[in-house]
Amino acid sequence: MDLIFEGILKAFHLLFTLDPEVLGITLLSLQVSGTATLISLFVGISIGTMVALAEFPGRRLVVSLINTGMGLPPVVVGLFVTIFLWRNGPLGFLEILYTPAAMIAAQAVIATPIVMGITLAAIQALPKKLRLQILALGATRLQMVWILVKEARLPLLAGVMAGFGGVISEVGASIMVGGNIKGYSRVLTTATVMETSRGNFDIAIALGIILLLLAYCINLVLTHIQQRERPR
Amino acid sequence: MITPPPLLTVKDLRVRRGGVRVLEIPSLIVEEGSILSLIGPNGGGKTTLLQTLACLIRAEDGEFFFKGEKVSSSHGLLQYRRRLAMVFQEPMLFDTTVFRNVASGLKIRGMDRSEIEKRVKQNLQRFGISHLVDRSARKISGGEAQRAALARALAIQPEILFLDEPFASLDPPTRESLMEDLEKILRQTNTTTIFATHDRMEALRLSDRIAVMNQGRILQIGPPDEVMNQPGDEFIASFVGVETILAGRVVRKGRGTFIAAIDGKEVEAVGEVEIGEPVVFCIRPENVTLAVPPYPEATSARNVFPAMITKIVPLGLYYKINLDCGFPLVAYVTGHSLENLSLQEGQVVSASFKATAIHVIRKTNKAPFPYSTKIAAVNDRGESSDSPFL
Repeated sequence: MDLIFEGILKAFHLLFTLDPEVLGITLLSLQVSGTATLISLFVGISIGTMVALAEFPGRRLVVSLINTGMGLPPVVVGLFVTIFLWRNGPLGFLEILYTPAAMIAAQAVIATPIVMGITLAAIQALPKKLRLQILALGATRLQMVWILVKEARLPLLAGVMAGFGGVISEVGASIMVGGNIKGYSRVLTTATVMETSRGNFDIAIALGIILLLLAYCINLVLTHIQQRERPR
Repeated sequence: MITPPPLLTVKDLRVRRGGVRVLEIPSLIVEEGSILSLIGPNGGGKTTLLQTLACLIRAEDGEFFFKGEKVSSSHGLLQYRRRLAMVFQEPMLFDTTVFRNVASGLKIRGMDRSEIEKRVKQNLQRFGISHLVDRSARKISGGEAQRAALARALAIQPEILFLDEPFASLDPPTRESLMEDLEKILRQTNTTTIFATHDRMEALRLSDRIAVMNQGRILQIGPPDEVMNQPGDEFIASFVGVETILAGRVVRKGRGTFIAAIDGKEVEAVGEVEIGEPVVFCIRPENVTLAVPPYPEATSARNVFPAMITKIVPLGLYYKINLDCGFPLVAYVTGHSLENLSLQEGQVVSASFKATAIHVIRKTNKAPFPYSTKIAAVNDRGESSDSPFL
């Protein structure tokens, strides 16, 4: 018991004194996962909306692929991103393996299908007549898509949160393509894994608390969105 | 002087859905400033017709002119859509404030802020919802939401307005007050309107013309009193509130009147028919009079029958009396009369109606239905034409 109690005490000390290492790790985590999420938003929302509105043969297959992608195992993503970025891999010339850039790439691959799947569901959940109403208001196709995305903004925000939540807590891919290099590519999850294996529970707990706090904030927003009612 | 072309002209419009023909309109003309109601049962094609006319549904075939100009997918579709407005049964408001909702059509048109503000204000006021301007559309009542939806449509100052059962999901008092306001606004702004409803009373109130639709076709179109009093066939008759529809055969002819046998009884009506011809009689319940003994000696009604009351159904302000005179007959009486005459089920009374109160539908030779002269069906096919679509 002492171990846990002491660990928690030390953890709070590290947090409140703004320990430079913990702070650096946290900021890098936010930066890497934030950028990856941003990329996934552009790709995910545009393709998700397109698939939701378009009708084409094989649409069901595409939708099921996107939904499968929502549960992509991070280690598998890590494996393939590593292969692609390997010195003589197809993207080896970029020379970004074991850099934060590689981590952003891997996390974007993980987050994109999540955002895409949620966008798809959100746009499809809007009443079909809403599209007719928007067109009847004189909208061009582009204006219609924009208004629909605005109407679905809350579920889309949920998508953002889910995407961000997915990548900030992910460890497999980050360790594989980032290498957990101190002060360079070490993020909350990879640091927690390492410190735990070394028996430095105080730092591990501090990092764990930060992760939990982030998870809590994300869920707070999600719950708020879920509880809202639709306009008439 | 050249007369301007009608606002909307439809020729040979056909719509197919899932391989099934859901709409077939040989011809329809809508004059500027008029209000046309489409009535008919659900699934009769009212919504499909509105959405096709608003270019929201692709027509399989047919042509369609707005102010004499052809509307088609390749030409003028967006411009056309920007001259119309549509309101659905559900308000379909956006998840934002009432102001932004009412402004949305104007914003789509890229109008400048001050003009938008002016128009939104004016229309909120017209519909009596100025106080809701900054409220979220999520937090207003159903009636208020429908007012906002109508304000949004009229803010555009549409040249033609399509209303698809806009009152159907409102409670009666809300519907009543909204209908009153809408009628006033439509007349003030002289907005050409096509209004779908399954409630004939709404249609009677608002429109200059009524079209009865069923199975994707317009069965009859004409001024409200014509459609109500001279329905073209039994289906229309039953839909416009004729309770008694009787089939019979002409047995004798007089001067301008004739007698038909209906279930063995002889009923006199007015009209030029041939002996032996099958006819259908439509009698509106409000034209049937009931009397209890002692009977008046003289009456101008040519048709007087002893009738047994089979059923009394309360309908709010009045009662519906089902009678058996050898043929079924329905009468309406007020609560006051019901009490005065102390009518009861099983009682025998005297039922009378005038020969002139019967609308006669001739079943043989293609007797001119009231509508066949009004819409000349354009039947010459063969001309391939672009259809309007999304």
